[in-house]
Amino acid sequence: MKNLLNKYLRKLSLQGLARPEDIAFLGIDDQVFIAGGLLDKKPLLREPLLEVTERMNINSLLLAIPTEPMRSIIDELLHWGRTGNGLLLPRDTETRTFLHDIPVVTGLKPDDIVEALSHRKSVIVESMGGIVTYGTISPEQAFVFMSSTCFSLFVKYFHDHLKYLKETKGRDEYAEARMRRFRMIGRMVNPPDRRGIDYSPLESEDVHKAIVAAGKLLVEKGLVDSYFGNISAFRDGIIYISETASSLEELEDAIDEVPMDGSSSVGITASSELPAHRAVYGKGRHRFILHGHPRFTVIGSMLCERDCDDPDLCYRGCPEEREICGVPIVSGEVGAGPYGIVNTVPRALESTDAVIVYGHGIFTAGEDSFRMPFMKMMEIERYAMEEYFRQVDAFHQKR
Amino acid sequence: MEGGYTGRYLAVDLAEQTWAVEETPEDLCNEFLGGRGFGVAMLRGHITKDPFSPDMPLIIATGPLVGTPSPTSGRFSVISRSPLTGTVFDCSVGGRFGTRLKKVGFDFVVFTGTSPDWVRVDITREGVVFNPAHELAGLSTGEVMKHLDKDLSYGLIGPAGERFVSFASIVFDGHYLAGRGGLGAVMGAKHLKLITVRGDGAVRVYSEEKLKKARENVMRLLRATPAIFGEFGLSNFGTAALVDLIHARRMEPTMNFRQSFFPDSGKYSGYRMKTVYDTKKTGCAGCPILCKKQGSGGEVIPEFETASHFGALNENNDLSSIVEANHLCNDYGLDTISTASTIACYSEIQGRSFSPEELLSHIKLIGEREGIGDALAEGSLRYAGSQGVPELSMTVKGLELPAYDPRGAYGMALAYATSNRGACHLRAYPISYEILRKPVAVNRFSFEGKARMVKISEDMNAVIDSLTACKFVFFGASLEEYAEVLNAVTGTSHDVQSLLAIGERIWDIEREMNRMNGFTWKDDNLPERFFREAGYEDEKVVIPPIDRDAFLDALRRYYRIRGYEESTE
Repeated sequence: MKNLLNKYLRKLSLQGLARPEDIAFLGIDDQVFIAGGLLDKKPLLREPLLEVTERMNINSLLLAIPTEPMRSIIDELLHWGRTGNGLLLPRDTETRTFLHDIPVVTGLKPDDIVEALSHRKSVIVESMGGIVTYGTISPEQAFVFMSSTCFSLFVKYFHDHLKYLKETKGRDEYAEARMRRFRMIGRMVNPPDRRGIDYSPLESEDVHKAIVAAGKLLVEKGLVDSYFGNISAFRDGIIYISETASSLEELEDAIDEVPMDGSSSVGITASSELPAHRAVYGKGRHRFILHGHPRFTVIGSMLCERDCDDPDLCYRGCPEEREICGVPIVSGEVGAGPYGIVNTVPRALESTDAVIVYGHGIFTAGEDSFRMPFMKMMEIERYAMEEYFRQVDAFHQKR
Repeated sequence: MEGGYTGRYLAVDLAEQTWAVEETPEDLCNEFLGGRGFGVAMLRGHITKDPFSPDMPLIIATGPLVGTPSPTSGRFSVISRSPLTGTVFDCSVGGRFGTRLKKVGFDFVVFTGTSPDWVRVDITREGVVFNPAHELAGLSTGEVMKHLDKDLSYGLIGPAGERFVSFASIVFDGHYLAGRGGLGAVMGAKHLKLITVRGDGAVRVYSEEKLKKARENVMRLLRATPAIFGEFGLSNFGTAALVDLIHARRMEPTMNFRQSFFPDSGKYSGYRMKTVYDTKKTGCAGCPILCKKQGSGGEVIPEFETASHFGALNENNDLSSIVEANHLCNDYGLDTISTASTIACYSEIQGRSFSPEELLSHIKLIGEREGIGDALAEGSLRYAGSQGVPELSMTVKGLELPAYDPRGAYGMALAYATSNRGACHLRAYPISYEILRKPVAVNRFSFEGKARMVKISEDMNAVIDSLTACKFVFFGASLEEYAEVLNAVTGTSHDVQSLLAIGERIWDIEREMNRMNGFTWKDDNLPERFFREAGYEDEKVVIPPIDRDAFLDALRRYYRIRGYEESTE
């Protein structure tokens, strides 16, 4: 258990989600193990957390105070981002599919934490701007829920801010303060760094090595949180694809080899987007596919001028033809159901090398290696971010 | 309760051929939910009785979601004491019987007593009708079904149940089985050949609107889960989709578990069965997955465990004989896993493998209790024990292991050992996270953290069996979503933790029942073979024997987590 806790403590830190000294990671086996330095800094938090572990049938409990800019984003959302019943309700696919919504409690009271985590996968503790999550099978779940919650809150904040500016023209009584804080938060956000990238592993003749390298690079450049996204390559009738629930920076033992002709069901553990990948390869144009969740691409995909009757259904049936940086935006939900992206992404990739999925992420595809798909994803994310801030700045300047 | 339950149950006395409608106690619903939980609660006070005693109840129980538009709400449980293992025993069953029982107005039925002669029980809204069934005695389940109205739901036993085969099953609606543990023999001991139910009433739902939303949350997760709706998932290939995967992981029990790799399993893979038999989807009432597969010629396509055990476990690569073996087991009313495993044990004792024809002939002998079949009908443990080689029986608590070699997944190894009904993959179902990577992937070759994983999974699956939902749904959804489904149906305010507390209660009662019947920590063990012999080895994959000390350490942790005062000295 200690090994598992330390592994995910490192990942939280490496992915910039929280510093080790701001994390309390409790692993519960036949005794409780603790990793992270938060309880050394704030020993009074120990008792309430231990009480939560005693009252919940779980195997891990994670309290983390995120790094900037998440810390300030949470502060902001707590000020103006809640629904009528006090929840935070991001509209991205991650939330819609897995988190549903994110409850908020005022302090680290065991009663409130137990109540919240008995209904949802994560909860925000208002008094410290921290996030609490848990796992029932492995500490990895707590890590994933933390990562997912941060991603969803990030998307919500930036999406809602621009939407707010568009709706109010930045002229209501809160605008000044909101814009000031936005500028402060915005300065902490950087586009993916293009410097010093060694592209050669992406062009390896060894498909496994190329996939492993692509996964590490996607995570390193912040184009996907480690647990999300997927990667595949097609060679000699076999689709090599990352497994479901795999961490993209750890794909060494998590690649399925799926016969294109469907003659083996070993792909039952492949990424949930296998049907989309397979359909793309069936069209014959591409042999390498990357799927990431770059944040500003996702935010941009959700910014729409149209006033729909039911915006809750945009994610799976948007009729608008929109684009970012010339890349089409399509709708579709995860998987192969009637609204699945298997119905939209392969069609779009017939005539282009990239397609964005509303509120979800982006697929980029190439013919020779992962190099071009990777560069394309970087380029689109940089453009989406620049375009986002250009639009925000326009409102700020107007005001 | 404001929905979900009918508030009534049937108590049927087969000896006196009388019945009574009783009120379903609200406390029972609150503390045990339904299904397995109801059965366990109703068995208290009876569990030390002989499984074949007239006083031993045989219970058929639905859960609160049955008969409603909740996803996978068509299941129910059959509960009694197993003549094979001596433990408390429940089977989760699909089909339409549970839905019909609920819709005719009953949450559950308790059968006690022994009918003086073979009897058929028809359950209607007005109550119970007893009909003589001596003309059905000796008939196979297939033959009996030919005489039944198509709009009836039914549960019946075949010749194996009538002859007290220790692993006789109860067959519901053609091919949905209360398969394991010999509950068909318990039914046979009561001279109960056939139960029918015809119900089409409505089951009340507390909030249709909340249920619609909760259902959509579940469905969205299922659509995002490759193991279910993926193109190689259960909906497309049935559970036989697992043949290729378990083969690739080198953990397919082969030659009575002497090896964990069978080169020929592709000959009965999900893909192969789908193409050879041109299968179509079928399944339980209210299920969107439809994991059952039927061939274009009406063949019932074997489940993964059946295919693997009549395949690799018996060194058989002949698909048609595997399909026929499945058919024969259904016709005789036999558990396919125990039947195949007992024959594999016999094969090892004999020192030779059987041809497909011999395999089929042994099934018939067991079903008829003729020749060697009479001894094999007692299960592999008793048979191997009678031959002086009990170690060749691949069982835990007398129940034969299913088709996941424990050397290939250590959580599964621990869960086989701690299971309250013997070697069962579904009590904790660690395959979900050790092999299928749901909800997260864990290291299958480590015991680290597994004690608590198994404990929580056992509690969770006790809840699922009591709801009575399908375990496959939980590859995608979680109790978080199902608590909302339950609350929408019943008007309760359950959450994940309150449900897990119910699961823990059910588990602990089952454990106590087993203790009352003499089970100790020594029964929480695996066959010696798994600690001594490797399953497979090549340059890429090694399936070594399980480290006994690590296993025992995990078991001790498990006891501490459960709060059991067991010594493993």
